[in-house]
Amino acid sequence: MVEESAQPSAPEDPLLQRLRDKFGEAVVSTHSYRGDRTAIIDRGSLVATCEWLRDDPQNQFDMLMDVTAVDYLGRRPRFEVVYHLYSIEKNHRARIKVALEEDDVKVASVVSVWSGANWLEREAWDLYGIQFDGHPELKRIYLYEEFEGHPLRKDYPKEKRQPLIGPGAPEGAADGGESSS
Amino acid sequence: MATETREQFLHQDGRPGGSDLRDSFFTSRYEDALAWARKFAFFQYPFVTACCGMEYMSVTGPRFDTDRFGMTLPRFTPRQADLLLVVGTITHRQAPILRRVWEQMSDPKWVMSFGNCTNTGGPYNNYAVVQGIDSIVPVDIYIPGCPPRPEAVIDGLLKLQERIRRERSDRPVENIHGKQPALDFQAGEAGRLAPGQVKIHDV
Repeated sequence: MVEESAQPSAPEDPLLQRLRDKFGEAVVSTHSYRGDRTAIIDRGSLVATCEWLRDDPQNQFDMLMDVTAVDYLGRRPRFEVVYHLYSIEKNHRARIKVALEEDDVKVASVVSVWSGANWLEREAWDLYGIQFDGHPELKRIYLYEEFEGHPLRKDYPKEKRQPLIGPGAPEGAADGGESSS
Repeated sequence: MATETREQFLHQDGRPGGSDLRDSFFTSRYEDALAWARKFAFFQYPFVTACCGMEYMSVTGPRFDTDRFGMTLPRFTPRQADLLLVVGTITHRQAPILRRVWEQMSDPKWVMSFGNCTNTGGPYNNYAVVQGIDSIVPVDIYIPGCPPRPEAVIDGLLKLQERIRRERSDRPVENIHGKQPALDFQAGEAGRLAPGQVKIHDV
């Protein structure tokens, strides 16, 4: 993420400039190329930033298109949570990132800002193990409750299998009325 | 109304025929007739989960028309079906559902594994996908392909029919795996397999 800030030559994108003016130190770094804008935000200011991005008349980011995460194994901070925003009104886009350390993979939930974040954050929790503080019901969405670990993390063993039934299934694994007797 | 007696069906020397009913019946063994009826009257349950479903639609549609071979009525409850078509990728999360569908089918029943994902997991060797459904339910016929050509499906269907023709309720027969006995479909033994039969892991 550091290398993204080392491009002072290009003129700052107007939206990113306003973001910097508004939040100052909370904006860790920005990057923009031909309308593709990215801002890395300090973890503590995420919700305030998102509310401003949604409500300011010049932004109007009324749609959260995606929440996902990236695992940069071996780098510090290890994780990045990525928010893709879109404005139906203005037809423009922005990308917000929050960097998270491995030993404290927590970030505030933005369900209060965009209710569509609910399932997206559950997906990021399920597959990457990102904990979203303030999420109304943070539980797995794709995998089953018995699954251990978060399979899209880079240190999840590629060959590891956790079947509910069949070879390798734990003894007496629950699967809902299997017995034909 | 006069009742025809048995003598009227026969020639003087005892051979069948000799009445108006000459061409109206044939003789067979009970088991053969039963197997013949079974193999041409599949009530299929399509368990369709992925892109192979498109090829399934093609093969059951009018151009390739498995209806010609007796694979006719899709039943959308397993309780009315005797041929389970597993069409598409099966994930570990879906596995208990597939197993339960199979258990709800009444005997005799057969399972067709349709496509590479169902056979082996296909290209998906990862945390989510079952590496071959034969770890969940016993499979009678595997159709390779990604997706299989309709000709491959029809070929597999004919092979399955040939197997069913030889299946008997009271004795094991060879199946596609070689010397292993076929699936037991004794009434009252629902889902129970004898030792040495197609590998199945109890839950």
